[in-house]
Amino acid sequence: MSPIATSVRKDRSQEQQKALIADYYGRLGALAAAGQGAPWTFVPGNLTELLLTFDPLPVLPEINALQSGMRKTSGEQVLHAEKLGHSEDVCAYVKASIGAWHQGNVGPTGDPLPKPNLLLLSYTGCFTFLKWFELLRGETKAPTVMLHVPYQAQGGITNEMRAYVVKQLRETVVPALEKVSGKKFDIDKLREHLRLSALAEDDLVRVLEAGKHRPSPIDGYFGAVYYVGPIFTAYRGTQAAVDYYRDSWAEIEERIARGEGPITPDGPMGEQRFRLVVEGPPNWTHFREFWHMFHSEGAVAVASTYTKVGGLYDRGFRHDPDRPLESLAEYCLNCYTNLNLSSRVDLIADYVRDYDADGFVVHSIKSCDSFSAGQLLILREVEKRTGKPGAFIESDLVDPRYFSAANIKNRVESYLQMLGQKQAVGGHA
Amino acid sequence: MDAPLTQAICPERDALIERAEGLVRDTTLASVARWKQDRPGSKAIGFLPPYVPRELIHAAGALPVGILGGGDMEVVRGDAYFQSYICRLPRSTIELGLSGALDVVDGMLFPSICDVVRNLSGMWQILFPKSFVRYFDMPQNFEPEIGGRFFEHEMRSLLSDLGALTGRCVTDDDLRDSIAKFNVNRREVRALYRLRAEQPWQVPSSELYALVRAGNVLDVDDHTAMLRAYRATLDASPRRPKDMARVALRGCFCEQPPLELIKTLERSGCFIVDDDWVLSARWIDGDIATDGDPLWNLVLAFLERAMPCPSLYELRKERGEELVDGVRESKAEGVIFAAPSFCDPALLDQPMAMACAKAASIPATSFLYSENTGQFQVIREQAGTFADSIRLS
Repeated sequence: MSPIATSVRKDRSQEQQKALIADYYGRLGALAAAGQGAPWTFVPGNLTELLLTFDPLPVLPEINALQSGMRKTSGEQVLHAEKLGHSEDVCAYVKASIGAWHQGNVGPTGDPLPKPNLLLLSYTGCFTFLKWFELLRGETKAPTVMLHVPYQAQGGITNEMRAYVVKQLRETVVPALEKVSGKKFDIDKLREHLRLSALAEDDLVRVLEAGKHRPSPIDGYFGAVYYVGPIFTAYRGTQAAVDYYRDSWAEIEERIARGEGPITPDGPMGEQRFRLVVEGPPNWTHFREFWHMFHSEGAVAVASTYTKVGGLYDRGFRHDPDRPLESLAEYCLNCYTNLNLSSRVDLIADYVRDYDADGFVVHSIKSCDSFSAGQLLILREVEKRTGKPGAFIESDLVDPRYFSAANIKNRVESYLQMLGQKQAVGGHA
Repeated sequence: MDAPLTQAICPERDALIERAEGLVRDTTLASVARWKQDRPGSKAIGFLPPYVPRELIHAAGALPVGILGGGDMEVVRGDAYFQSYICRLPRSTIELGLSGALDVVDGMLFPSICDVVRNLSGMWQILFPKSFVRYFDMPQNFEPEIGGRFFEHEMRSLLSDLGALTGRCVTDDDLRDSIAKFNVNRREVRALYRLRAEQPWQVPSSELYALVRAGNVLDVDDHTAMLRAYRATLDASPRRPKDMARVALRGCFCEQPPLELIKTLERSGCFIVDDDWVLSARWIDGDIATDGDPLWNLVLAFLERAMPCPSLYELRKERGEELVDGVRESKAEGVIFAAPSFCDPALLDQPMAMACAKAASIPATSFLYSENTGQFQVIREQAGTFADSIRLS
């Protein structure tokens, strides 16, 4: 295994992404410095276009937590929350968020964050969101508006589910945003943001589906985290996102033409020996080390489910300016963690087949029951369905105590050795 | 300081409690099998905590059966489906399913309580593909014309599916009759709760817990009769008053505490005068109207009079305020937060409830349990110290 490089290599799109995220936190810092508030909300089922219609820039506590994880500051936040009485057993994102609030509400880049003037509880695919914003409501005293998104328990969206979400948007969420912003709702402005969203989504799908090429020009899990960053944060529905995804796709097309793989933090990836599909969110506190365990062994992720928590665009969904509220409702209903287990098994099995993967890895997260409960059955079902072997590894999102590097490395290496032996015998894993 | 459990010689009461405890401990659901044997062709429908409208199942001609995990049964296969950081209830429920103990139920309902039970519904669909499985999505919007209409549709769909399963075309009158029966049952449960709050030595919580929980596997009329018979024994053979610390218990709304845990708390000197276990038995506060549209009456009752539960969005109050209200109403002197290990809704709720209790100068203590907790010495010492501190303050 090659050592981890001392400096980090980034490709052009990663540099652009970094600039966008820095700009986002810079603008939030400016709002905070001006004493202005901002709505706080979640990534799955986010209503960014609707928020942009009223001009506010959202604060996303999950993104803050994961960015803090990558910058190695989340551990302290989690401990701070536990000292305040929060259980070791619960979601580390929540504790990082509570800890950060008590430590002065400073964001991961060091910029202050605006206080919430509205907690927009987009309750999609995760019960913890509900408790998280009840906790933050208690801490911040900000008003809360709930958007309840029904679960796709029977594997589809019914008219009643869609109508329920639309009605909440129209009669609950929009009035709350009008009140906070002091502006009237402008549906044409919303349509324009949705039009821009759809353009960016087209190119995002091209980027993510580039993993079907051999060699894969992208890493569809670790590397794709950078690609989904702008559209998962405050950029969906903006020209900046359209430009970013157009440029990213152009960069990837160039790599496809040259037959090149992804750029990892340690440099261009060499031979791709194993093509993997990955289920579950990454670990953020040891992100680079985690990625290194794979790419240094020639394993590339060709597709992942985590990159779909902010929307299943590769299954055909697009925001639709002609059906503004309906399409926002369908977006919320369609996020990955709002799918039932059978649909998740179908999706992973499809990815294994469509991306011609040698196997799949389930990364199980202690913090996240929404993802994790049922993953051992998913593992069995996908193996049964595809005939491809799966690996199961466990850690956490932003609590560094749960990243056991030696154990994870052992498991990853053993799994890849097994894939290698299968390849040696059969020519293909 | 240890206090003995309240004792009084009353063979009828002892027999009732023995029966109730037997029903609670019987994970083979023999009483459900007997009920079905007596009614050839009839169906039983299992449901998980915290709530489904049992009236719908009853009106469709089936027996609602509360599935509250496997207690202290050995779990082998269930553990193979869950990581170490997932709570115990889904493991034992899967074990019950795979071992055939749930073959007696003809369908399973999984209410929207948490991510684990939600995903368990999908696991059930995969593991038992021929079984009737429904996820019951309760609204988090409490406006009648928004969340109410969505819930109405959920309930109508469920009722229609249940009717198709049992072969009964359910009429409004069927539903009214079922609502009326459960109203009577809830009145009996509430009466016991009131009596316990007023004279806790008369209704030990270990008895109340077993009696209410037994209703999960009994026909509603049979259960109502059991509760009435128990109350009659209290009139005929009252118990002597005792002086123990009055506490409210919180956190037990899903994975249920072992019966021995309740007895341990009582032995350690605590009268439990308020709790949140077996919420399905008293989810709706007060009677549900039987006139007009009975299904809409169920909807409104849910929207307006559901019991506070950490898995339901709290719109009207700050989290924890309902605990303080409950403590004042039951005249509890302290709160014991007893949450199942890895129970997200309970553990995420706890800091808010504890803060409210602290602000209201209500003493509190906390510990974790699981349905198969078997060692109670530490809990006994902790609860005993807590009870002593209340009584000496």
